[in-house]
Amino acid sequence: MEKYTKHTSVAALMNRSNVDTDQIIAKQFLKKVERTGFGQHLFHDWRFNDDGSDNASFELNNPKFAGAKILVAGDNFGCGSSREHAPWAIDDYGFNTIISTSYADIFYNNCFKNGILPIVVDADTLKAVMAEISANEGVAFTVDLENQALSTPGGINVSFEIDGFRKNNLLQGLDDIGLTLRQTDNIDSYEEKHKQQFPWLWAS
Amino acid sequence: MSKTMYEKIWDSHFVHQEAGQAPLLYIDRHLMHEVTSPQAFEGLKIASRPIRNTHSILATLDHCVPTKLADRIKLPDPIGAKQVQTMIDNCELHDLTLYDMQSKNNGIIHVVVPEHGFVHPGMTTVCGDSHTATHGAFGALAFGVGTSEVEHVMATQCLPQSKSKTMLVKVDGTLSKYSTAKDIALAIIGKIGTAGGNGYVIEYAGEAIDALSMQGRMTLCNMAIESGARAGLVAPDEKTYEFLNGKEFAPSAEHWDQALEYWKTVPSDDGAVFDKVIELRAEDIAPQVTWGTSPEQVVAVDKTVPAPADFDNEGKQIACASALDYMGLEAGTKITDIPVDFVFIGSCTNSRIEDFRAAAEVAKGTKVPNNVTAIAVPGSYQVKEQAEQEGLDKIFTEAGWEWREPGCSMCLAMNGDQLKPGERCASTSNRNFEGRQGKGGRTHLVSPAMAAATAAAGRFVDIRELT
Repeated sequence: MEKYTKHTSVAALMNRSNVDTDQIIAKQFLKKVERTGFGQHLFHDWRFNDDGSDNASFELNNPKFAGAKILVAGDNFGCGSSREHAPWAIDDYGFNTIISTSYADIFYNNCFKNGILPIVVDADTLKAVMAEISANEGVAFTVDLENQALSTPGGINVSFEIDGFRKNNLLQGLDDIGLTLRQTDNIDSYEEKHKQQFPWLWAS
Repeated sequence: MSKTMYEKIWDSHFVHQEAGQAPLLYIDRHLMHEVTSPQAFEGLKIASRPIRNTHSILATLDHCVPTKLADRIKLPDPIGAKQVQTMIDNCELHDLTLYDMQSKNNGIIHVVVPEHGFVHPGMTTVCGDSHTATHGAFGALAFGVGTSEVEHVMATQCLPQSKSKTMLVKVDGTLSKYSTAKDIALAIIGKIGTAGGNGYVIEYAGEAIDALSMQGRMTLCNMAIESGARAGLVAPDEKTYEFLNGKEFAPSAEHWDQALEYWKTVPSDDGAVFDKVIELRAEDIAPQVTWGTSPEQVVAVDKTVPAPADFDNEGKQIACASALDYMGLEAGTKITDIPVDFVFIGSCTNSRIEDFRAAAEVAKGTKVPNNVTAIAVPGSYQVKEQAEQEGLDKIFTEAGWEWREPGCSMCLAMNGDQLKPGERCASTSNRNFEGRQGKGGRTHLVSPAMAAATAAAGRFVDIRELT
């Protein structure tokens, strides 16, 4: 996984609430057995017309948002299905940061496994951030994960909360399976206890 | 100190916490299907990591599988066929139990797992599928995970987890005979919203929950995720023990008493404190119908489609306007005046034998109008066989329904069963998102009995007025 570093990038605006993972990556693209190549299908049903051409009225087709690494969206982003294809598509499209007031639980977890930083801000901050993009499409924001800070040319300077463990993994691009495997002795001794306490789960 | 059921399961599965890292939780059972696992197996292969406990895994094929018999021999969709074959190959390679399409045990993962008694009270269970919450019906902590976590659990039998907050949803009183677990689930989501449960594990309790059958509790817990909760739980009781007794993966006679003794310690202690408490009266829960594109956009069947102005917050007003537009509905329309083109009974929410019995009771002697397509998709071959033994399939086919092979089918429309743009469907599934049942398709979530009544009339019907 790539390390997450401080960056200044164009922020794209998607002023919609409850964006679900079915919209992020539609069912017809879930049949692949690879992890890559989902970006071309991101938000397919909103992004493309029936003839396959770009839907000009869809937010992300706004040329001012080209190359954006930051996606700003409404409440409860990523709700619904657990499909990790959603963060795979977001990452593959080019985003590494999302800003919203809240995320669905599974989606939030999945972001960190893929080097994506989901920033939580309060409702007033989100409103201000959205207003700044609307007034100045193509504006670039600065995200500093180390210092947990988001700043904008319009003068928004806020800090955001993030779990220390997750922050560290993002900064170092760590594979957390490797970290858990370092605890194999502890898992072994837990499992011995487990076999005594719940023998019916181990009877074959 | 008094503990909630969630806290007890957490404590008994806590492995270790390294300084600066998240607590590690031990995972007892791991459920799998073809869609969210291939990349996890690939990850293990690349890192040369073995599976820690192959006996913890039970796999099925459900999302991609056709529900027409002829198509199951050779899948018409080559990409879906490859995904199915990848699952078969991975299970063979690692010697995992797989209920493939030809198995008499095949069906939707969250239907077949309880049929075989694979999840018990007090356990932890995961699956790369958000509806894993279903198994909370047994008093097990069961939640959906992403594919990276599927790989993590295969490699380590553990997951780094942060502790959730606890919410008690108490439903006292007696449900009317026309309302079901599905209506309770929808009424709760209508009350707290699809983000209302974010950060929480919900425990459902109260007289109306105690009165639910195990299948009803599965329907209820299944939709915990639709309120944003990590998991739903119902305390195990005599019904739970009786349901499990004798099932293939239930404790054998040798261990039964020991297991039972443990299970009885699982429910929340008297005086346990929850972070949040929500209360509903069962008498107030009428048959529910969703009108929008989120499960929280729901009303009782005798109400009308709301207008944006009926909501007090700007976000919900915008969501209402956009949903009305997508759904092709006018505010103020009576729910019972809305015609449908399609009716679907199925999905991990409502495809168990009790669901088909309830629907058949209503469908008996009716006729689906020519302009309506109605399909009944059992959740598993066990359900299908049981229904056929009881003659339910005949009731459906004589009423003009199609009686299909098991699978997820039109719940997420990955297998070819789907709506055409603009078609409107009464569906017993769990999500009415835009395009969920096919691009441009319009989904209204209902209970199985409501679906059957709707199919007969070609429009939504208040089943309380049928008798």
